[in-house]
Amino acid sequence: MTNTRDSVPMKRYSVFAVAREGLRYHTGWGRAWRSPAPKKKYDVIIVGAGGHGLATAYYLGKNYGITNVAIIEKGWLGGGNTGRNTTIIRSNYLQDPSAAIYDKALSLYESLSQDLNYNIMFSPRGLIMLAQTHHEVRGYLRTVRANELQGVATKWINAEQVKELCPIINIDGPRYPVMGGLYQERGGTARHDAVAWGYARACSDMGMDIIQKCEVTDVRRENGKVVGVSTTKGDIDCDKLGMVVAGHTSVLAEKAGFRLPIESVALQALVSEPIKPCMDVVVMANTVHGYLSQSDKGEMVIGGGTDSFNNYTQRGSFHHAEETVRALVETFPMISRLKMLRQWGGIVDMTGDRSPIISKTPVDGIFVNCGWGTGGFKAIPGSGWAMAELMAKGHSPLAEEFDMYRFREGKFIDESVAAGVAH
Amino acid sequence: MLILHCPYCGIDAEETELAAGGEAHLKRATVGDSDAAFEEYLFMRENKKGVHLERWRHAYGCGKWFLAARDTATLEVYGTYPAQTQEPPQEVKDAIRAKHPGWAWKENA
Repeated sequence: MTNTRDSVPMKRYSVFAVAREGLRYHTGWGRAWRSPAPKKKYDVIIVGAGGHGLATAYYLGKNYGITNVAIIEKGWLGGGNTGRNTTIIRSNYLQDPSAAIYDKALSLYESLSQDLNYNIMFSPRGLIMLAQTHHEVRGYLRTVRANELQGVATKWINAEQVKELCPIINIDGPRYPVMGGLYQERGGTARHDAVAWGYARACSDMGMDIIQKCEVTDVRRENGKVVGVSTTKGDIDCDKLGMVVAGHTSVLAEKAGFRLPIESVALQALVSEPIKPCMDVVVMANTVHGYLSQSDKGEMVIGGGTDSFNNYTQRGSFHHAEETVRALVETFPMISRLKMLRQWGGIVDMTGDRSPIISKTPVDGIFVNCGWGTGGFKAIPGSGWAMAELMAKGHSPLAEEFDMYRFREGKFIDESVAAGVAH
Repeated sequence: MLILHCPYCGIDAEETELAAGGEAHLKRATVGDSDAAFEEYLFMRENKKGVHLERWRHAYGCGKWFLAARDTATLEVYGTYPAQTQEPPQEVKDAIRAKHPGWAWKENA
């Protein structure tokens, strides 16, 4: 691809643009973002052009006026976990720091289409986390109380109310009866690719360079400070470096000479053949590690559990998909005849307390945003907001508790129970 | 589907028969150690894209713990060996080095 750095500025999308292009056979749409060759030096390099990396770059530009930024991506934009998740958005967490950052993300999502001038198809259709054991009932009642104190609107609903919101559910299953649920009305889904594309387009419009198919091979340091990266497209210098590479964070951190308390495992999802609209709410069944929602195309989107062993293969074990589907078929009997169209896996970075890391690192000028584990998509805008603040100002109230040294201090933000293992 | 050879009962067990137990050859931190040493022992797991030495339990078989050398990028298994060892046996090390010439056992790294 040629260098299109000097191309015309981005055109705004609007009803008039659609009408104009409709009248001339859609020949006038430009590329949504430029694909320039890298410059010699940038103020900030973000490694990883997924949702979190692009959001970090976007808020660096928007909130702090830092636009001499490159976003470097090994594969293609949004091709990692951003394009592999089940698009669930919610903020009903247990601990205060989590509620703060996830609710910030949710409120940014609510106006993101307008903010980016890009339809991310945010659909706050409501989200139910099913309680299928007495343990879960107690856990979610506790979460509802915690959310009340945090100012996050959630409520406990009984089994009949669950059935009313989601008629296709079977609440009297002998093995997994529905005893009620934690309901967040503001929760829902968004189009995952559009989130990455919208941020990319806005970053490119601010003059940032998105460099795809460019792998970082080394992180260059001098006197304990970062000076740049070596890549498959040559050396690029920078003052500050943000690592936002999810499952491959350990690999990149090793190149920079430090370690992180995370392990990478495969998490998988699958979708069915498309069917007529039958479910206008997101249902999460954490006891059985199954999540179900219906996409705008009509596919039933199913999220499963993680593999139990370290893994970088982006596939996932067959028996996990089987376990998830077996349990969901009992809770949603009508899906038993559906054919499954596609299955895929993403590599998620798990921390010991199932909370993310947004932190300075032992290397001066390097910042890391990782550890989102199985629940990163919902956090993208809030994560980018906090990471940008940390990188621009050296301190962020939203990110403060998510320091990488909290494991040494014992200051965990324990979400492994509230999140029901997976998010 | 991952298949591991149980060194105790001699069966080639597949994944659903096994329980993963995380990184092998950990050195336990103890009384008097620094916070950093405890952090290392409790949370700082090896997370290589490549050779990984790990613990497995033949949960739905003989019930015994054993160790395996596996590649996290390809899922290739270089060998399994009993849990009562301080480091991988020579044949496992050789199998790893045949694919990863630069690999060194962490004590010698």
